[in-house]
Amino acid sequence: MMDLLNILLSESFWAASLRIATPLIFGVLGALICERAGVLNLGIEGIFVVGAMCGWMAVWLGAGLWGGVIVAALSGGVFGLLHAILTVPLGLSQHVSGLGITLFATSVSYFTYRTALPNVSSPPRIEPFQPLDVPLLSDLPFLGPVLFQQTALTWLALLLVALVWYVMNRSALGVALKAVGDNPDSVDAQGLSVYALRIWAIVAGSALMALGGAFLTMSAFDAFFFGMVNGRGWVCIALVIFASWRPGKALLGALLFGAFDALQVRLQTEMGALVPGQVFLMAPYILSIIALVIAARSADYPRALLTPWFKGQR
Amino acid sequence: MTNNTVLKLNGLAKRFGTVVANEDVNLTLAKGEVLALLGENGAGKTTLMNMLFGHYLPDAGTVEVADADGTLHPLALGHPQAALAAGVGMVHQHFALAENINALDNITLGSEPLLAVRRDRRAAQRKVQEIMARSGLTAPLDVAVGRLSVGERQRVEILKALYRDARILVLDEPTAVLTPQEADTLFANIKAMTADGLSVIFISHKLREVLAFSDRIAVLRHGRKVGEMPTSEADEATIARMMVGADTPKVARQVATPGAPVLTLRDVSLAGRSKRDTLRSINLTVHAHEILGVAGISGNGQSGLANLVSGLAVPTSGTLCVDTTEITRPSPAAMVAAGIGRIPEDRHHEGIVGGMSVAENMVIERLDDPAIQSHGLLRRDAIQDNATALAQAYDVRGPGVKASARLLSGGNIQKLILARVFEQSPRLILANQPTRGLDMGAAAEVGRRLLEARSRGAGVLLISEDLDEILGLADRVMVIRDGALLEAGTQDRGKIGLMMAGEPA
Repeated sequence: MMDLLNILLSESFWAASLRIATPLIFGVLGALICERAGVLNLGIEGIFVVGAMCGWMAVWLGAGLWGGVIVAALSGGVFGLLHAILTVPLGLSQHVSGLGITLFATSVSYFTYRTALPNVSSPPRIEPFQPLDVPLLSDLPFLGPVLFQQTALTWLALLLVALVWYVMNRSALGVALKAVGDNPDSVDAQGLSVYALRIWAIVAGSALMALGGAFLTMSAFDAFFFGMVNGRGWVCIALVIFASWRPGKALLGALLFGAFDALQVRLQTEMGALVPGQVFLMAPYILSIIALVIAARSADYPRALLTPWFKGQR
Repeated sequence: MTNNTVLKLNGLAKRFGTVVANEDVNLTLAKGEVLALLGENGAGKTTLMNMLFGHYLPDAGTVEVADADGTLHPLALGHPQAALAAGVGMVHQHFALAENINALDNITLGSEPLLAVRRDRRAAQRKVQEIMARSGLTAPLDVAVGRLSVGERQRVEILKALYRDARILVLDEPTAVLTPQEADTLFANIKAMTADGLSVIFISHKLREVLAFSDRIAVLRHGRKVGEMPTSEADEATIARMMVGADTPKVARQVATPGAPVLTLRDVSLAGRSKRDTLRSINLTVHAHEILGVAGISGNGQSGLANLVSGLAVPTSGTLCVDTTEITRPSPAAMVAAGIGRIPEDRHHEGIVGGMSVAENMVIERLDDPAIQSHGLLRRDAIQDNATALAQAYDVRGPGVKASARLLSGGNIQKLILARVFEQSPRLILANQPTRGLDMGAAAEVGRRLLEARSRGAGVLLISEDLDEILGLADRVMVIRDGALLEAGTQDRGKIGLMMAGEPA
């Protein structure tokens, strides 16, 4: 018991939680924007892979770290645009299109990587984002190591939470996005374009998802591996429901998942002799399922989610 | 035309595939005028207005709208934005409101630049409040629209149009969901606004309100304009004849003496998930040779009552008897076995299985009948013959009895259901909104069949939100409100209306 308390009170545990949560924050914000506009984007898992690969490769080819971030976002936007065209004006099944995007995007990323680097056995490394050592603040007890020794991308994720919150709750664009996900007719009748709103929402959301992938290769690690995304996209889809499509709760959900994950790693080392390690590996997922079961029962789905809308058919 | 004209539709036409929705429609509207647009279901009223507002692009024709100075300008068609900018506002029959945002946001949606960093909500709120004061239409602005009543939502819809400085307001069946009193208030507000120069077109099937509140009437039939007249020269019979093209088949009814009770509910309560399916200790008896009408505003427990009688819901307390037998374990099968025939509210989803054929749908409630199946196999020929005979007897028209039931029109789906129900000679018929969305001809047919069942000795429980239908058919009227059932004891429209609204009569 003492051990658990020691873990929960340690700075490194909380710093790790925030680090693990960062890609999820990007992903869950992206999924939130898409779904608020009424479109489920199951392409998220593949878009993570694309973002991870493109961001890393741009840096490896000499684009610079922020250049890599931009390339990653653009690559996610391109796949988002594909999903948007299939699901919005063409009105195809969002599930089928999304899963197709995931398979396609993942394969294209692996193919590109293998084609560009046919003969490497150990993945080439780049110089990733370094922790931002904010003078003075990073010397604060506890908060310093937890908050002020993260990389720039973690800060970007936290900043985006605030930005998405502001847009959703304080801007005319947010009102229109929420309305188009609830009743597209309301938007159409007021002279706004349902298609444009939904397409741009998916493109922007997908760009954020790709940043989640880019964090993995440019901040958490320094290279691209096959299978490194490892279901993080799917976790984001669940977290959106947990968050009731609210940016603040999305941050909370991502942090909770990050904390579970950080905790299980530590418990493995502490108690690995007693309990098989796989039990701890399962823990974050089981706990997220439980959290989801509790939260999803009262979830207030965007009413038009999954429903295609066609101009001129009322 | 004088320069008093604010709107001209010239030769508008629209086809959907091979179906003609509108053909060569010409219409004008004067400043401050209330024009009623009448016609049966499918006559093309809504399509015409959707072309005016830019939801549909016409195949032929033009629209001219006057600007603030009264000069007519051609309107760019196919763009709601253009119609809004020209001063045309439309209130749709199915509200075009987002329920997860508040009324103010719904009203201002689309009138602010989307990419602006700051919104001037105060100014918007002031403008809306000023419009509310001027028009007499009020609604809470800061509550999510999903929590507003139907009447409030409709006022938000009208406020939306007025906020965009609409000079021409189009209302598509504005009173379909309102109590008679709410409807009267709405029209009083509209009258006041036309005095300020607003011009209004409203679509309706209700002759009473058309005669009471419009200045001029235009009638559409099969997509064409078949008549137009000042309201002062119109009467119900003339308009009805224009709408259907012939005299309406008047529902003839004979006096009948109620017989023994066929359905008795005693102190029945139902704990539903919402107000629409919650019942509070209701008592009700339907006798043989009797049509009991249950009037009420949508969502006051009608669903609960219908589910109860059709066996879909099990009462929380109280007893339910068919004839003199108490049904202790209600289920849809038990109710059918007890002799209850059901005409469900949502005929497309609950009344038929759309993917199955018309013939299969006609026998779907008696699949264990040896005439239909033997040793677990369906007797296709018997089913086919049964369907052909019933289709003839009940005038079910469509692409044939082998075609999918979903290909039938709403009126023919209802005839299919009538055929299925009435062929079993039920003791009690539960008819839930049986004529909603049907045109006059089909609605009259439903009424005739219900009266026929009544003279045969069946009891009918008629649940309807259309007071005219209840007053036309029912021998006795009850009012459902907030899950409670009250004996009306009168056939007086005004008194029943007040009971529906929950005010002391």
